[in-house]
Amino acid sequence: MFDTSADRLPPAAGTGYKPQHFAAIMHDPGPVAWLEIHAENYMGDGGRPLAQLRALAERFAISVHGVGLSIGGDEPLDTAHLARLRHLVDWLKPASFSEHLAWSSHGGAFFNDLLPLPYTDATLARVADHIDQVQQALGRRMLLENPATYLAFAESTWSETDFLAELVRRTGCRLLLDVNNVFVAATNQQTDPRAYIGAFPMDAVGELHLGGHDEQADDHGAPLLIDNHAAPVVDPVWHLYADVIARLGPAPTLIEWDNDVPDWPVLAAEAARATEILEAARPR
Amino acid sequence: MSTADFAPALTDPETTPPRGLVDPEGRPAGARFDVYRNNVVVGLTEALVTGFPAIRGLVGAEFFTAMASTFVRAHPPTSPVLTLYGADFPAFLEGFPPVAHLPYLADVARLELALRAAYHAADARPIDPARLETPDLEQAVVTLAPALGLLRSAYPVHAIWRAGLDPAAPKARGGAQDVLITRPGFDPVATPIPPAAAHFVAAIVDGARIEAALARAGDDLDLAAILTLLMQGGAITGLEI
Repeated sequence: MFDTSADRLPPAAGTGYKPQHFAAIMHDPGPVAWLEIHAENYMGDGGRPLAQLRALAERFAISVHGVGLSIGGDEPLDTAHLARLRHLVDWLKPASFSEHLAWSSHGGAFFNDLLPLPYTDATLARVADHIDQVQQALGRRMLLENPATYLAFAESTWSETDFLAELVRRTGCRLLLDVNNVFVAATNQQTDPRAYIGAFPMDAVGELHLGGHDEQADDHGAPLLIDNHAAPVVDPVWHLYADVIARLGPAPTLIEWDNDVPDWPVLAAEAARATEILEAARPR
Repeated sequence: MSTADFAPALTDPETTPPRGLVDPEGRPAGARFDVYRNNVVVGLTEALVTGFPAIRGLVGAEFFTAMASTFVRAHPPTSPVLTLYGADFPAFLEGFPPVAHLPYLADVARLELALRAAYHAADARPIDPARLETPDLEQAVVTLAPALGLLRSAYPVHAIWRAGLDPAAPKARGGAQDVLITRPGFDPVATPIPPAAAHFVAAIVDGARIEAALARAGDDLDLAAILTLLMQGGAITGLEI
């Protein structure tokens, strides 16, 4: 039904694109083979953002990562926003489109955060409908990302991995496995990140994310990790990532660094570390 | 639990988070909910810091953050596209008692919004300057670039805006100031212009022929100067006679 362009990101390292890195990337991208943009930053009519994106798209595979569809929300999807997204995807023809298992809008307000949802039969049906609607509107398969969570819903009856696997089965979507989110959520939920990875529907994974987090504590002194994308990837996340790659083989891997963004060489060095792990897993 | 239960507590710190949100021991989520509250307010405040640097410079970083968090709770974005978030900020500033003694802030915010709109406006190719050298120029209807903006203020808004961005800028003096916003290339430029030139540009924006725009501008207009400024700004994209 859909084209398979969701599979076209190269099984190599990419980075989240930041405009301040434009000149450095065009001069020497180093190990970076592809770039990811936040869809909502490229919905203007023109100017530098679109000009840079057109120039980048001539040299790099581009992944469009949405942060505003509110796929996990109770309300119907914002069709005006879906139309903007379709316009972007139609002209850019990106290698991949991904969104989040989360919600971000309610009652006409956009909260600019990835908010959690309970995992129940009712939410499963609604999220599946939303994914169907997005895939129909865009005419392509999408990837859905596992969230970093800070709390749980007492009413949840599905594990997150089963919930995601069932969404894949019902909609044909694929998954974006954010390894930092696994580590953050498992620490916060006091579960085992390796068990989560073990239960994850790895056949459906089309992309991986790596990013940094902050360490805080909850009211009872338990560790509470915050997914802030403002720091280097920590060693335990690199180890989890190496385990995933050993099982999955080389897969498109993104370094996400969205706040307190460092100079390009710092980001390129993170991408180089991912590249080493990817290269070690390539068949010889 | 629905998002309708969750959403109100995100922007209202006085609202108790909904029941049924738990920590790993099954206890109420407590500070864990505050992570989301904090993300929402800090993230949206950050969008205003990026969008209104001169306002921040004028009121100070600490005050700006406090004021912005009040604004974002009362006026969260209505669209996931944040590039133009803050359209309500000037009106908010006009009604926010702690800044009642700074009545020019709203116009400075309008200038910053106009610059942001210009940054994201559609691209358009300027005309060849030679086309202005026609004897029939007065009969012409001019098309202006989508990035063009005009702000008319009762305050010396351009000078105050500059002072907000650069504490070393000359102290703002005088009264009303009109500002032309153009985008030569990709970076918007704000230029103060005389009142006659502002009348002229406003008439052109309304679709008037140059002849009619000249009549509206009056005798004080330096036509060559405003046309040069518009051409330098890449703002004249069509000329129809």
